[in-house]
Amino acid sequence: MPTVLLLGATSDISVAIAKEFGAHGYSLQLAARNTEHLLPIQSDLQIRYNVDCTIHAFDALNYDSHQSFFNSLSVKPDVTVCVFGVMYEEEDAWNDWKLTHRMIDTNYTGAVSILNIVAKYYSAQKKGTIVGISSVAGERGRQSKLIYGSAKAAFSAYLAGLRNKLFKDNVHVVSVKPGFVYTKMTEELPLPKPLTAQPEEVAKAVFKAVEKKKNTIYTKWMWKYIMMIIKNVPEPVFKKMNI
Amino acid sequence: MKKEIANWGNYPVIESDEKSFSYTDELDKLVAQPKSYIARGNGRCYGDASLADNTISTLKYDKVLSFDTEKGLLEVQSGITLDQVLDIIVPKGWFLPVTPGTKYITVGGAIASDVHGKNHHVDGAFSHHVIEMDVLLASGETLTCSPTENTDLFEATCGGMGLTGVIERVIFDLKKIETSFIKQKQVKAENLEEILQLFDTYAHYTYSVAWIDCLKKGKNFGRSILILGEHAKKEDLDDKQKNDPLQLPKKKQITFPFNLPSWVLNTFTVKAFNFLYYGKNFKKEINNVVSYEPFFYPLDAILHWNRGYGKPGFIQYQFVLPLQAKQGLIDILNRISDEGIGSFLAVLKVFGKQESLISFPTEGYTLALDIPVRKGLFEFLDELDQIVLKYGGRLYMSKDARMKPEILKAGYPHLDRFKAIIKKFNPDFKFRSHQSDRLLLTKEKDSKVNGTAVVLPKMEAAVK
Repeated sequence: MPTVLLLGATSDISVAIAKEFGAHGYSLQLAARNTEHLLPIQSDLQIRYNVDCTIHAFDALNYDSHQSFFNSLSVKPDVTVCVFGVMYEEEDAWNDWKLTHRMIDTNYTGAVSILNIVAKYYSAQKKGTIVGISSVAGERGRQSKLIYGSAKAAFSAYLAGLRNKLFKDNVHVVSVKPGFVYTKMTEELPLPKPLTAQPEEVAKAVFKAVEKKKNTIYTKWMWKYIMMIIKNVPEPVFKKMNI
Repeated sequence: MKKEIANWGNYPVIESDEKSFSYTDELDKLVAQPKSYIARGNGRCYGDASLADNTISTLKYDKVLSFDTEKGLLEVQSGITLDQVLDIIVPKGWFLPVTPGTKYITVGGAIASDVHGKNHHVDGAFSHHVIEMDVLLASGETLTCSPTENTDLFEATCGGMGLTGVIERVIFDLKKIETSFIKQKQVKAENLEEILQLFDTYAHYTYSVAWIDCLKKGKNFGRSILILGEHAKKEDLDDKQKNDPLQLPKKKQITFPFNLPSWVLNTFTVKAFNFLYYGKNFKKEINNVVSYEPFFYPLDAILHWNRGYGKPGFIQYQFVLPLQAKQGLIDILNRISDEGIGSFLAVLKVFGKQESLISFPTEGYTLALDIPVRKGLFEFLDELDQIVLKYGGRLYMSKDARMKPEILKAGYPHLDRFKAIIKKFNPDFKFRSHQSDRLLLTKEKDSKVNGTAVVLPKMEAAVK
């Protein structure tokens, strides 16, 4: 049975993705900083889906540990899903460099650090799939997602570049760009129901994208068209908008 | 963020700040906030029991911690719903020890309401199968309780509507099954006398419940269909079913798309429905083998069926009367058919004996009916309450949205002890709901505790 590695495995979206792969018989490797939180998720996945599930300590911001983390996996995953990320209030981040820095480091630098290691391994093996959970916020810079959006934009660009670089080695890269998702991260936001996905919908879309080797997916699908419009607003107009 | 929430009856609708948590330490932090809360599962109680200005949703706290497939013991976090539990246990040859008429409730909710099923007379209520559980108290401490450990906390948490604290981890026992099918028998009864007789005749059946026509008068007063069942053995199955005796039912559901206008439900349409429902069983007795899904959860096939009662919502009125109070049942059915407010689904069941502090089930006849909210309904239900009291009965808090505190007091003999235990574990009423305030469980009469007074939404506003 194939194995999937989830980086940032305590989030709502990751739990949903783990369940989706577990339901399809994949062995699961859950990696997160808080391994205490992973224990109930581990037992849950093992019992629900009768699959192997291991837990691993992983800190996205401790770049120096990433190589040894990956080396320590006794079974190397066939699919690696990079889910971790943070979103602080932009206003707080604007006023506090530490928050800004942390948002960039987690959403971009940490992701690049670990995925470079995974990508090199997959290149050598001439197989493997990398999934990066980015965001529609990275499609165009705007004031309400100033730092988060720019970090995700960088991550999206990295994923696209990686896909291009690894194509010749038979390694596939999926960029996932969720719009609004009902998670603890967004609990305090008044989200429009028709545009907001459940984590389970994102998980189903991710699994399908891996199976069908899709390049970029949006969840929900209409975000693709919404972002198409937003990307096409001329800058002289866009810069005046309160968006 | 405040948002509008309601439970299954869609009455009342309130604004609440709902927070969720996935991990035990996140719950600890939430409860440490200087606010009052009530824990809320899937919102399938009918009235205002899990409604409060601040609610804690347990739905993300839904992990399975262990499953002993030899002994049939399941250890879960309280937010897991019974439909998920069934998906896990049925293929391994186990079933829920007790299940209500919907599988979309959480394990925490099942305990807080101490739900019952069609097998109450044989297996008791849900709490009877709880081996142990952890409850997070107002003090921030988590206590493990069971029928033998911290027994006061245990008995006040079973059926205690969340007023002792937040249920975290639960171990409960399961029922061994050979197949996932039910050997079903349906028997038609001409009238009330006959259906009560039939309950007696078939008391040895594990599962029994009756659908009753509340609108019929005269010689067919109380005509019913008794529905009986046993878990099928392998030899009961046909060849196709035998291929996979522990199969899960196919997941097919339709969604009730919108609120039905309230005028659609009236005496005429309900009479027509009842005529067809009763008439569909042409024979006196039907025997067949069916999947557990249509047997236990016929209404779960229609998502949001509560929308059929329209925007004003509905009340499910459920009471229990002692066995010797058959006349009370007749009086109430008479009042209902006179008033012409029959409901599609009036369900009659005989409870077995149950000794408990605050749980609803107690030996006797229980009747549950769904009635759309409309002008004059609450006055009428107040009248029915008086009949229930006169015959020594009580109402089910999980269904309640409108009972007066004196009705609760008269119906539950151990109420004072229940209140004393709440006071012990929840001294400042950190855990409180609109219902608990209304019923004066977490509030003194006519006093404002912490500046919050409960105002029931006006009927006029609800009924356009």
